[in-house]
Parts: sequence; C-alpha cells; structure tokens
Amino acid sequence: MIERLSALWQTLVALPLFGLTLTLAVYWLCDRLYRRMRYLPLLNPVLLSIVIVIGFLLATDVSYPAYFNGAQFIHFLLGPATVALAIPLYSQFRKVRALFLPLMLSLFIGSAVSIISAVLLARCMGASVPTLLSISTKAATTPIAMGIAEHIGGIPSLAVGMVIIAGISGAMGYRFLCKRIGVHDPVAQGFAVGLAAHGVGTARALQVDPQSGAFAALAMSLNGLLTALLAPLLLPWLLR
Amino acid sequence: MIAALTQLLLFQLAGEVISRALNLPVPGAVLGMALLFVFLCVRGGASAEMEKTTGYLLRYMSILFVPAGVGVMLILPILQTEGLPIVLATLISTGLAIAVTGWLAQRLSRWRSNTDPHD
Repeated sequence: MIERLSALWQTLVALPLFGLTLTLAVYWLCDRLYRRMRYLPLLNPVLLSIVIVIGFLLATDVSYPAYFNGAQFIHFLLGPATVALAIPLYSQFRKVRALFLPLMLSLFIGSAVSIISAVLLARCMGASVPTLLSISTKAATTPIAMGIAEHIGGIPSLAVGMVIIAGISGAMGYRFLCKRIGVHDPVAQGFAVGLAAHGVGTARALQVDPQSGAFAALAMSLNGLLTALLAPLLLPWLLR
Repeated sequence: MIAALTQLLLFQLAGEVISRALNLPVPGAVLGMALLFVFLCVRGGASAEMEKTTGYLLRYMSILFVPAGVGVMLILPILQTEGLPIVLATLISTGLAIAVTGWLAQRLSRWRSNTDPHD
C-alpha cells in the first residue's frame, strides 16, 4: 500500500501539473492572508510563497528542476508582462519627458550607489570574489543580472538569488523607507523602487499607484541597461 | 485578448531577435517594451483590448516572480557559508539605493518645476 502510494507520488511530482498547481495554490493562500492582514509588508505574498514552496520541496525531497517543469508556465509570462509595462509608461509620457533630466541624474547616481555599496559592504563582511562579482548585479532584472554575472565571472544562480532578495526587500520596505526620509512624491517613490528592486518592486508599485508603477517600469529598464554598463567598469576598482 | 497577447509576444520576439543579433546585454523582453513604447507613440495610444489585457497581466505580475524566487533553494549551500554578508549587504545596499534615488528624484524634479514655469 505504502509502496503504491509512494510510486503514485513519484509520478505525480514529475507532472508539470504539480509545480504549476503548487505555485498557484500557495500564492493564492498567501495573497488572501496578505489582504486580510491589511497589506502588512512583512506578509508580502511573494516572499511568503517562496519560503513555503521551498520548505515544501525540501521536506518532500522534490528537486528544483522537477518543480520548475510545471512552474515554467508562470515564469514564461514574465516576458510578455515586461513588454506590457510599455502601456503604463506611455500613459505617463508627458511627465517622463518633462522630468527627463532630473530622472537621468537620479538614475546614474542611484545605480552607482547600488553597485558600489553592495560590493564594498559584502567585501567588508568577508565575502569571496565570485560572490562580490555576483552581488554587483543585484539591482538588475533577472535575465540581465544572469548575463552580466556570466560575463564578469560571477555565479549566475547566485546573482539570481541576490536579485530576488533585493527585489522582495525593496518591494516590502520602499514605502516605509521613503516616508521616513520625506519622499512622498509617487513619481520619486516609483522611480526609486524600480531602480533598486526591478520587476518585483515594479509589480508592487503598480498595485500601490499607477503613476508610481509607470516610473518604476522606466527605472527598472534603464537601470538594467546601466548596471550592465557600469558593473564591469566599476568592479576592477572596487576589488582592488 | 488573443490579438493583444499575440502583439505582446511579437514585440518580445522582435526584441529577442535584436538583442541576439546585436549581442546586446539587454534581454529581449526589455527591448520589446521599448519597441512597444515607440509603437504606442506612433499610433497615439493602445487599443482598448490591449489596455484590458495588459491591465490583467500587470495586476498579477507579482506571482510571476515566485518560480524564479524558489530557485534561491539552489544557492542554499552558498548561503550557509556566506549567507550573512550576502543578505546583509543586499538589504543595506537596496535600502541605500532607494533612499538616494528617491530623495534625488524628488529634489531634482521640484527644482526643475520651480525653474521652468512652462511645465
């Protein structure tokens, strides 16, 4: 009986249905909890879902590739969703043009601060060189970060991990942080979270305020590009 | 819905082709966003169907990061030895980048709208 159940479980886990259903079901529950607790940042449904799914996979001894076999269908939609960000961006076109210069300046300085502070902090705490190379990409979106990490000799999967940590923490904390330092402008808030927390931050900003979301999308795409240019330039100097 | 989804995929595909052909560090989807943006500027806005479909997609964008996030389990061995510097440096640096960027963006845009009364 037990053997038959375990054989059934093995076939079930190998189906794409498993990873897909697990992701949707866990996210659905976490999102309900998040709404019920009045959007308490600590209960961020992305973070909670990731922790629960990882816990479940480790406890049941299911590998990540087996899980991703089904979860890839959700993952795939990131591409078209990223393209779709052009629509909120276009709706803010006039404002983007009017604020072009201030935003470009903030972008350059913010991007440099993000790379330099991450590498120097990790270095002070004794991180190894491959880790330092990988952490420099943490503010870029996942595919860009993987590309840069590979290019400069970091570890792509580690870069993705740090990208996710940056994205979730930024999405969770940016409103609290901005209010604390007197930044109330939705444009500035959105631009900041898009720069430092890429797509995860942008998705959160879109839920909070459409204008914030549009500027987060703008900052996300520009900083992805800028990180790819700045990280290889700054790293030799930061690792000296 | 199908027309809008097809358009999104076509823009992504075009972005992918350009990114690979020119060997750019930018992923196809981000280039696709730029291409769609230019298209919207030329066309003068999105169709009602496009607005509806993208609104739907973007409202649920958060969940799309879960599969990649679960991938953190692959770096658990590295996190066991270097977890503290990795997590702390990422958190502090992210906070710093948000604070500096937000503060600058707010400050500079106010300064700009004060000096240019036509905006």
